[in-house]
Amino acid sequence: MTDLEYFKLSKPEKMLRSVGGFFARLPGTIWNGIKKLGLFIVSLVRGIGTNLADLVATFKDGDWKTRLSYLIMGFGSCARGQWGRGILFFLFQTVFNLYMFFPNAQFSGCYYLGKLSTLGTIETYKEGRRTVYGDNSFFILLYGVLTLFFIVAFIYTWRMNVKQNRISEQLLKSGHKLKTTKDDVASLMDEQFHKTMLALPTLGVTIFTILPILFMILVAFTNFDATHQPPSKLFTWVGWDNFKQLLSTDTTSYGDTFRHVLLWTLIWAFFATFLNYFLGMLVAIMINKKGIKLKKMWRTILVMTIAIPQFVSLLYVSKMFAADGLINTYLMKWGWISSPLPFWTDPTWARVTIIVINVWIGIPYLMLIATGILMNIPADLYESARIDGANAFQMYKKITLPYMLFVTGPYLLTSFTGNINNFNVIFLLSQGKPLSLQLSGNAGYTDLLITWLYKMTVNDTNYKLAAVMGILVFVVTAVINLIVYNMIPSVKNEEDFQ
Amino acid sequence: MSEKKQIPEVDIVVDHEAGVIREVKPEHLRSKSGHERRINTSIYAVLILISVIWLAPFVFLVFQSFRSYATESGAMVAYLLPKQWSLDNYIWLLTDPSSKFLRWYGNTLIVAIFCAVLQTFMVLSVSYTLSRLRFRGRKLIMNVVLVLGMFPGFLTMITLYFLLKQLGLTQAGAVPGMILIYVASSGMGYYISKGFFDTIPKSLDESARIDGATRAQVFRMIIMPLAKPIVIYTVLMAFMAPWGDYVFASYIAFGSEPNYNVAVGLYQWVNVADYQGFFTRFCAGGVLVAVPITALFLALQKYYVEGVTGGAVKG
Repeated sequence: MTDLEYFKLSKPEKMLRSVGGFFARLPGTIWNGIKKLGLFIVSLVRGIGTNLADLVATFKDGDWKTRLSYLIMGFGSCARGQWGRGILFFLFQTVFNLYMFFPNAQFSGCYYLGKLSTLGTIETYKEGRRTVYGDNSFFILLYGVLTLFFIVAFIYTWRMNVKQNRISEQLLKSGHKLKTTKDDVASLMDEQFHKTMLALPTLGVTIFTILPILFMILVAFTNFDATHQPPSKLFTWVGWDNFKQLLSTDTTSYGDTFRHVLLWTLIWAFFATFLNYFLGMLVAIMINKKGIKLKKMWRTILVMTIAIPQFVSLLYVSKMFAADGLINTYLMKWGWISSPLPFWTDPTWARVTIIVINVWIGIPYLMLIATGILMNIPADLYESARIDGANAFQMYKKITLPYMLFVTGPYLLTSFTGNINNFNVIFLLSQGKPLSLQLSGNAGYTDLLITWLYKMTVNDTNYKLAAVMGILVFVVTAVINLIVYNMIPSVKNEEDFQ
Repeated sequence: MSEKKQIPEVDIVVDHEAGVIREVKPEHLRSKSGHERRINTSIYAVLILISVIWLAPFVFLVFQSFRSYATESGAMVAYLLPKQWSLDNYIWLLTDPSSKFLRWYGNTLIVAIFCAVLQTFMVLSVSYTLSRLRFRGRKLIMNVVLVLGMFPGFLTMITLYFLLKQLGLTQAGAVPGMILIYVASSGMGYYISKGFFDTIPKSLDESARIDGATRAQVFRMIIMPLAKPIVIYTVLMAFMAPWGDYVFASYIAFGSEPNYNVAVGLYQWVNVADYQGFFTRFCAGGVLVAVPITALFLALQKYYVEGVTGGAVKG
């Protein structure tokens, strides 16, 4: 198909082609991915090979300082006058050794590592009144993962330590001077400035995001739940069982509820994103129209919803719509209805109410974003359209909308995934209610995957399923991101619209 | 591209009777006053309606907070304006020995201040580094953060809880615990400020480097003074977030009432405890939280708008 033929197609056909194109390209993409993975493994193996060869060569060619550094990290650096580096290396090794072989076996890295394959075998039991604690599966898993992290870091540092020696030797041989500790510190403020800047954030993210995520991914393969709670009970590996439970196709179990909740999550995310988007844009266009006065005031009124903490505004609004809330009592007082409207008790009503209230929350953001972008649309585009006799709606369709969509494409995507994970709105408004006996795991009709996950963690302490659900939310988000990234024009070809 | 038509701004009309040349707006530029006015009127109508809808809940909230607790308690009543205006609820919140509101307020304020400082530091270091410095692993870091961001936030909650418990930072130590959690991973939210740093011309750095400045000096003395809007934006966001956080705060401080933040404290009044009795107090508490935050936000609105619009365009 040539470009010319493509341009002749109507809008829906183009969309269809681009979605179809994605799936047509899918095998190729996957194949490419596999190829890349293969290449990566090859280069990894090759990398290990060259590193090993280099280690041997360094040992053979090196002097005694270098050779001793293989055992005592940082020795070579210290012996050559680079005290700063040397001491850091040595300290790291000391800490690592202390952690791995701490005299008290209960807390050493080796202990956790050894138990990692079973997650503990010694049960907790009662000896008369006294409880004798056995293995704690939770800590075995947590510190097991931490120990693995530590070992990888150690190997990397050890390799760096050896490499340092080789570099230093070569430098000295060719008559150069080595960097002093003072030089090292100065370089951290200059050539190595990124290391200084990223050290703390990286540490924080590693311990408080990466480690917990890895831990939870592993929990998805265990039977860690209310009946297997450390320290009194052990839990252990169960393979893919939890995934099977949540993805099973029979109609009474978690599988059914999962599909139900997933569907609503997607419907919700769709409406929450696009309804807000178009209405927000509309409001922005109205406020920014020429001749409308008090622009700043209108904007400020809307922006107040952003400023007021959501737990205040949403909790209050939620109560307004309650059966005995303001809206129902007033409607009844005026005689419009005879019994309270089931805003939070009927599944469909609840869902629509939530989407509508979310418009109330979402419009201000979109209004702000759209305002900024609308001002950037060149005014002469409208001018010439007007001369050509276009009316307001045509101008919107042909100029404003394409421009907005083009510029905010990536925003729409993040907003969609953000809405999939929009915990606050659902939790503060309805807590996922109305509940239903047809849904398992305490799920309600307005529960999103994320609020269901929360309930499972907090109310049911069903950590294994919560972990699986977290992984599935990740998969859904990642797939949507992949598909859409292939379709958004502003990502594909940035120069298109100009 | 077709050639652009030249449209004259004015038509020249020779008025023979008066013997002068007049400039007259061409047809298409003349305002169709009647039509235009009608459109504007309906827009004003819609905007007023919108304003009412948007402000109503807040106005109601304020009204109900002034309803006397002694004579008109109860959650929802079928009227808006209190029959008897009183400060009962506020006085109870601020002075009653059984009210922990001030404590919660203080907790949240402390967390918010620490977050504002530390989180800004984290976010700016990461975004500056990723935007201006080029080093091995830069792309890798950005991709890892992107992937990590796709995992739902509180998947990690239980792990974090036990990590914090090991450090003694739950329940009684919930306040420092919350600060640690909010700050530790905040570097991942670097997108908006990176977008800002991307727009500062590179030539500034280069000329400073030629003059002998180190990269740290460039950051401190050249970029930071220019980055005022984004610094204010980041501080504002970091300061406001803790006021609204319910999930982590309730999990970390679980069961230890003096260590709640305002969100957790007020939430339990409405949903768990005696909702009928506490409702007007919740409203008063909500007002006390919302007013300063809203004032701060509206005062710094400009920076927020800059950040949000910049972020949306950059993606």
